[in-house]
Amino acid sequence: MRSGMAHAQTTTAIDVRESKVFSRVGMWLFILSEILIFGGLFLLYAMYRAKHPADFHAASLELSRFDGTLNTIVLLTSSLTAALAVYSMQALNKPRRTAWYLAATIACGLTFLVVKTFEWGAKFEHGLYPRAAVLDARPHGEILYFGLYFTMTGLHALHVIIGMAVLSFVLNFIMRNKVTQQNSAILENGVLYWHLVDVIWIFLFPLFYLIS
Amino acid sequence: MTHTHTHHMRYIGIWLGLVALTALTVTTASLNVGRIGILIVLAIAAAKSTLVLLWFMHLSTEKRLLLKLLVPIAICVLAIFIGLTYTDVLTR
Repeated sequence: MRSGMAHAQTTTAIDVRESKVFSRVGMWLFILSEILIFGGLFLLYAMYRAKHPADFHAASLELSRFDGTLNTIVLLTSSLTAALAVYSMQALNKPRRTAWYLAATIACGLTFLVVKTFEWGAKFEHGLYPRAAVLDARPHGEILYFGLYFTMTGLHALHVIIGMAVLSFVLNFIMRNKVTQQNSAILENGVLYWHLVDVIWIFLFPLFYLIS
Repeated sequence: MTHTHTHHMRYIGIWLGLVALTALTVTTASLNVGRIGILIVLAIAAAKSTLVLLWFMHLSTEKRLLLKLLVPIAICVLAIFIGLTYTDVLTR
């Protein structure tokens, strides 16, 4: 009887450990597919830029380098608080601190989106949006540049929104004690997703803001 | 407690490094270094994403070879895609 129980406990321990590994493998495969989705767009960017280097250079002058840099710092900071959130739960077992770090991460995401909204708003005011008469009158390469700009930063902003939603659910789980030190896979994977969003922005920033 | 402190400091150190690299890349871009500029800012972006992947996403302590290799594999695939297409477009 006793050995039976011991055996059952060992099995459970292995199951938990294995399921943690599986969830991590699944998350990394998902991250791989996300990298390839953006990779296709980076490929398009590289080809159009090779064909229209001068137009890309000119169009890039229209973007606010200050806003781009500000948003880069905001996202890097959100990655720091996200990493500290996981660390506070898994290593320190301090759920309250984790909750605060996650709240800070979500607030940074919101800040990023507000800055992005102002940026896009300014472009729309100047008639620089797909199919606008002002933009259509410009050289071909500039039209392509702004098409890629809206597509790539738009898809990225969508990822920021999804990341904020995921982290909000995780925050809710933590406050209801459903995510704990022993059961924190969703926290870890949600934060991995958030870091991925940061990594993509790390490449979008120089390609659109720093080529003028 | 000291141990805890060290780890916190490591995360903040990585963040400081990322901010410093951002400052470096913005400065380089405004120096007008010509055609090589794009290579410099991309190299800095690669360095920044490596920091995030290794330390924030914990690939530096990942024991499973499969997970360690997934991102390098994705990067190789992309490098082949973009590199080969690029040579085609440029030599046409």
